Amino acid sequence: MIKELIVIALGAILIENFVLVKFLGICPFLGVSKKVETALGMGMAVTFVMVLASLITWLIQTFILDYFHIEYLQTIAFILVIASLVQFVEMVIQKMSPTLYQALGVYLPLITTNCAVLGVAILNIQKEFNFINAIVYGGGAAIGFTLAIVLFAGVRERLELSDIPKPLQGFPIALITAALLSIAFLGFQGLKF
Amino acid sequence: MSLYKEFSKGLVKDNPAFVQLLGMCPTLAVTTSVVNGIGMGLSSTAVLIGSNVVISLLRKLIPSKVRIPAFIVIIAGFVTLIDMALKAYFPDLSKALGIFIPLIVVNCIILARAEAFASKNSVAKSAADGLGMGLGFTLALIILASLREILGNGTFLGMSLFGEAFKPAIIMILPPGAFLGLGVILGTMNWFAQRKKRGEAK
Repeated sequence: MIKELIVIALGAILIENFVLVKFLGICPFLGVSKKVETALGMGMAVTFVMVLASLITWLIQTFILDYFHIEYLQTIAFILVIASLVQFVEMVIQKMSPTLYQALGVYLPLITTNCAVLGVAILNIQKEFNFINAIVYGGGAAIGFTLAIVLFAGVRERLELSDIPKPLQGFPIALITAALLSIAFLGFQGLKF
Repeated sequence: MSLYKEFSKGLVKDNPAFVQLLGMCPTLAVTTSVVNGIGMGLSSTAVLIGSNVVISLLRKLIPSKVRIPAFIVIIAGFVTLIDMALKAYFPDLSKALGIFIPLIVVNCIILARAEAFASKNSVAKSAADGLGMGLGFTLALIILASLREILGNGTFLGMSLFGEAFKPAIIMILPPGAFLGLGVILGTMNWFAQRKKRGEAK
């Protein structure tokens, strides 16, 4: 049981990293990775939403969509849940901890269009996970996202100071850096349990 | 004439993937082969035209405070239609694109066009805009997918291009190849643009 959960979590963090191997959540990965601090804040907000989203969408799929045989409404139901969840999380954080709200600020509403969140919800159902596995997978995927975005932000901070050929400045060199990071993560594919 | 203008701007000048850098997830993920790229591009085009037309029709009815949730529900409806159609008529393609079909919902191109264009313009113009942006996206996917398929697999649309002696650079169809390919394409485009600017300055 415990071993199975560790395998799921490590798989989501390293072997099938959501950003660098599965290409989910590329927009915030490229957009909010100029500084390590903001990247970490984004990662934490996404972690929170992804774990909650895995939990709620699993319950909805099992007790509403499967129960009434309306699985074809999955996409619509999930995106509505995620959009309202993000709004709800925003309001709760604003009430409970204004400092954290200030730090995350603009990045909170952006999470709705982060495809990693909808992606993890759909993958949980496709892989036929049970309730606990789904939450662990959501958490693992979110930690993998945070790891990738923080590492990438660290590299990009240094890129600011280096001498890069003019046509490659900005996005192209960032993408090539991401390619190198992705190659590094390919090394984990050999991990066997 | 102005309809043609709305249509053509999405193809090159405001190309959603290469110039506006929207919709990066499907761009990087499905371009392992040209067929997948075309399938993804055309599915997104269909959703884009449908959602643009409906949103444009309803633009005076949707209160501006709830417009984003309303747009997302309309888009999700079209994505569900496309998902079911692909499953019924092209099961292989549907399997190859997998999770990225339902994820068209969160493709920023579609929400961006709804918000920036369809909610302010007439139905005909919105349809032309959707068609142009969609085909521009498809074109970008085909370019990136050709690069990756030719280098990484030695084939184009499944046809073998080189002789037996060709050793494909497998890295190009693995995930790093997507980042590398897009980075090189954007860099080349910048290089051309800068060279043109320097030529004009002289």
